[in-house]
Amino acid sequence: MFTVAKKEISTYFKSPIAYVLIGLFMLMISVLFYTPFSIGSGDFLPVMDSMGFFLIFLIPILTMRILAEDRKNGTEVLLLTSPTSLTKIVVGKFLAMYFIFFVITLLSLIYPLIMVAYGAAFTVQLAGAYIGFLLLGAAFISVGVFASALTENQIISAIISFVAMLAFWLAGTFAAEIGGNVAKFLNWISLTSRYDVFTRGLLGLPEIAYFVFFTILFIFLTVRVIERRRWVQG
Amino acid sequence: MIEIQNLTKKYGQVVAVNNISFDVKKGEILGFLGPNGAGKSTTMNIITGYLPSTSGTVKVDGYDILTHPDEVKKRIGYLPEAPPLYRDMTVTEFLRFVSDLKYVPKKKQKGQMADIMELVGLTDHRKRLVGNLSKGYRQRVGLAQALVGNPEVLILDEPTVGLDPKQIIEIRRVIKALSQERTIILSSHILPEVSAICERIVIINKGVIAAEDTPDRLSQGVGQVLKLNLTINGPVKEVISAVRKIDGVTYMDTTGKAPDGGNRFILEGVSNDIKEKLFYAMAENGWPLTEIKPSIMTLEDIFISVVTKGQEVR
Repeated sequence: MFTVAKKEISTYFKSPIAYVLIGLFMLMISVLFYTPFSIGSGDFLPVMDSMGFFLIFLIPILTMRILAEDRKNGTEVLLLTSPTSLTKIVVGKFLAMYFIFFVITLLSLIYPLIMVAYGAAFTVQLAGAYIGFLLLGAAFISVGVFASALTENQIISAIISFVAMLAFWLAGTFAAEIGGNVAKFLNWISLTSRYDVFTRGLLGLPEIAYFVFFTILFIFLTVRVIERRRWVQG
Repeated sequence: MIEIQNLTKKYGQVVAVNNISFDVKKGEILGFLGPNGAGKSTTMNIITGYLPSTSGTVKVDGYDILTHPDEVKKRIGYLPEAPPLYRDMTVTEFLRFVSDLKYVPKKKQKGQMADIMELVGLTDHRKRLVGNLSKGYRQRVGLAQALVGNPEVLILDEPTVGLDPKQIIEIRRVIKALSQERTIILSSHILPEVSAICERIVIINKGVIAAEDTPDRLSQGVGQVLKLNLTINGPVKEVISAVRKIDGVTYMDTTGKAPDGGNRFILEGVSNDIKEKLFYAMAENGWPLTEIKPSIMTLEDIFISVVTKGQEVR
């Protein structure tokens, strides 16, 4: 499990992907950060909200190759014929992605810390929002890994995960328009509605449970999809 | 060591492997021969657990691949047709990754990797990126990868494809050396390769086993008929009619003029004393017999006759 994770992490940091993604994300946050900073507000929470939205663009690029490339290059044979189980391989790949996301998250802490340096307080709400951000990242990455298992084409994989994440993100927005029981359901599945709870500074147990369940479900589905493909198409 | 029984694999409506059965004994090198698309790679992918079979069983060392995949995978080193390589790793990094995947204890890894690289001739290239190596060296990395973990069984899918003649000889030497303690299945569509290394050959065509035997017995089986190429300095018609009178001759005809005078003939017969009788018959008539060349059925001939006729040769 950690073998695969270690190898993937080193692959990302040996190629430009990791640096480009980290750079891109930092640039986006910097632009966002300028707004509260320029008006003299010490509130970083609105920025956190947008950071969550940016993950929809970032994560598909991060995860698009993680399984698709192995399939295309034939290295899947090596992984699947080794005594290491498929679940361990998939979890290892997920952990590698999560590690890179974690590095990005750590780097983004620079901005709230700048605020703290200028007199703002590092609030409990902000800590809560960061926990929410880490959970949201896990959920998105599991969707990305899942999408990468569906195809051997990296671009297709990126598009699938982008659309899927967008759907989970927008479900909450649609809910507001529709109303009724459908809205309740949409709000329930929406990752945003739940993420909003965190960025409002609350630490909701059902939300945490939902994100964890969501992540595990998609990792499980990834394993199933690979198994199934071997049986069906051979 | 490896038992394959009634193995069938269908891709949708297409039957890639149709009800094949064979055994490989411990320490044996089995050649798995067939034209492209015969089902060689599919069979190998099933033995190694990469693909599930549609029906039939594969057992390695008594373990069924479907019920005990981990036990089987531990015992097998697999070199697929396209070597599974990460181009962005150096040879050492890659082999260490494979060692970890195969649960080789950390302490043993260094020594084992050094041995393997020495054996396949990669020691001087250990620090180079796999992606920068030539095809021949990548093939060696592929072979090295299969050897990691010291598996009892090696499954090699066309191990010498794409190599230059010198490399082919070297890889063959490596495989021969490996065969002393291991059970090996080697696939190929190149016949001399199989006859050079393998103790037993299974010929597969269109998903079914067309023949199975040792290289020698296979050539004998098809070559029961004595076949001679002759050059005789004599009139064509008379020579043919004279030779046809000899006991045991079943076929005699000319194949044209020889460059140094005389005529070429081809003779087929069933008994071995034909050669002597032929000599005396020609001497009697004063037709010098300048050449007798037995034409041995090569594996090539066997292969083509087996594959085109689809006949059973045992």
